[in-house]
Amino acid sequence: MADTILKELTLKIWRQKDAKSKGEFKEYKVHNISTGTSFLEMLDILNEQLVEQNQEPVAFDHDCREGICGTCSLFIDGRAHGPDDDVTTCQLHMRRFKEGATITIEPWRCGAFPVIKDLIVDRKAYDKILQAGGYVSVSTGGVPDANAIPISNDNAEEAMDAAACIGCGACAATCKNSSAMLFVAAKVSQLALLPQGKVEAARRAKAMVAKMDELGFGNCTNTGACEMECPKSISIAHIARLNREFLKAKLKD
Amino acid sequence: MSNFWTSSIGKKVVMSLSGLFLISFLCVHLTLNLFLIFDNSGELFNVGANFMATNPVIKIVEPILALGFIIHIIWASVLTLQNQKARPVKYNQRNQSQNATWASRNMYILGAMVLIFLVIHLYNFWWNIKFPSLGTPLTEAVVGGVEMEDTYALVAGLFKSSIVYCLLYIAGGILVGLHITHGFWSAFQSIGFSNDIWRKRLEWLAYFFAIVFAVGFSIIPLYFLLGLGN
Ligand code: HEM
Ligand code: SF4
Ligand code: FES
Repeated sequence: MADTILKELTLKIWRQKDAKSKGEFKEYKVHNISTGTSFLEMLDILNEQLVEQNQEPVAFDHDCREGICGTCSLFIDGRAHGPDDDVTTCQLHMRRFKEGATITIEPWRCGAFPVIKDLIVDRKAYDKILQAGGYVSVSTGGVPDANAIPISNDNAEEAMDAAACIGCGACAATCKNSSAMLFVAAKVSQLALLPQGKVEAARRAKAMVAKMDELGFGNCTNTGACEMECPKSISIAHIARLNREFLKAKLKD
Repeated sequence: MSNFWTSSIGKKVVMSLSGLFLISFLCVHLTLNLFLIFDNSGELFNVGANFMATNPVIKIVEPILALGFIIHIIWASVLTLQNQKARPVKYNQRNQSQNATWASRNMYILGAMVLIFLVIHLYNFWWNIKFPSLGTPLTEAVVGGVEMEDTYALVAGLFKSSIVYCLLYIAGGILVGLHITHGFWSAFQSIGFSNDIWRKRLEWLAYFFAIVFAVGFSIIPLYFLLGLGN
């Protein structure tokens, strides 16, 4: 599909000076955007325009711009990472938008992810959950020889699927309950399925769930919205595993 | 089990087990109710209702059932309130229909409507049976030489006398059905009994139970509405 030009787009963007200030929506126009432009490049174009006009550019998170780091965020037209399924915002392109469209861009809204500035939120809450137990305590050495430790193909595959989580925060941002369960489930699952992580599985599940609750994330009600918006398509079957791991751990106490 | 009951997953386990208990109650309740339309003389239903009213096991189960409802409702309210608080600033624009079913997003509203129905329902029947002196007194029926309350007449009387009540009971059946479309599979997910294969089966079963409850409960007032009852 050849790229075409979107002559005019209206952007309704959340502007907030800092964590303490009250924010508001501001409208901006951008012109002559190629449909091959990525969404973040479109915001770069807007920012150049703003700098030329001596205005404060819009602050937004981004890093790798190839869907692997999880830094980009944005709630676009009512959906985390915009209208496409299974992508990050940096992988979203302007061909998904129509000529003359008004695009609403908001930061992640979640009590545990406070807004720092404009569209940037503080996602340290996820780091804190990881610090509570998302690791293996002892050095397990380098990469072992293939087949040295027997791991079933199913477990290896599922652990890999869970390990694809990039910690972007879309799960909690999209969840109607602001629940972080998909993230926590992915981290718990990834390690519980492998022999190196199994040893500490019980302690890990308890510590990470306790931290998640303490930080003020909501309670999961299994709507499945996280899985639909997760750029890595992490299945909520991992949430079932987390529930099992947590129950097993608590029953043993 | 320290902190289990106050943890998010612990609270979900309470929702799940109380919900599944309520579903098992609905199964018994529906079976008994269907006697209403399988025997126009009313004898079958009266015998069933009389058995439930006099059986000592049922006497023990009744308060447990009430407790099940109360726990389910209190925990649902706590969870829903906490979940509201977890997002102090709301989104300006949300497109939730793209990523989750309507029922899964509106369990509290559906539950609350079921509760309103439940209060009216208890007043209609349970109240009149338990406290005949306060409401409409029940007539007696004799089935196979045993004297018992004519519950059939009470139920059939209500449905035959009022289109509004018929419609209300049809709505009640549909609301419970909608609650179950999400609730049934969600209850298994909450206690960890699901994976990518079982999820499809459980979702399928959820729709099966939802349809059985919705159709089963509403077919009874519909039967009387269409003038097929005695
Ligand atoms: C016959 C009546 C009812 C049945 C059979 C029933 C059944 C269920 C089941 C099986 C679940 C799933 C639990 C889970 O996700 O783990 C559920 C969830 C829920 N129910 Fe009910 N319920 C009934 C009445 C009510 C009432 C009266 C209310 C509230 C006022 C209510 C509110 C809720 C809410 C808010 C949820 C979702 C909470 C969550 O997923 O954690 N329900 N119900
Ligand atoms: S589970 Fe998915 S949506 Fe949640 S943080 Fe990980 S990659 Fe992002
Ligand atoms: S910028 Fe790295 S995933 Fe989008």
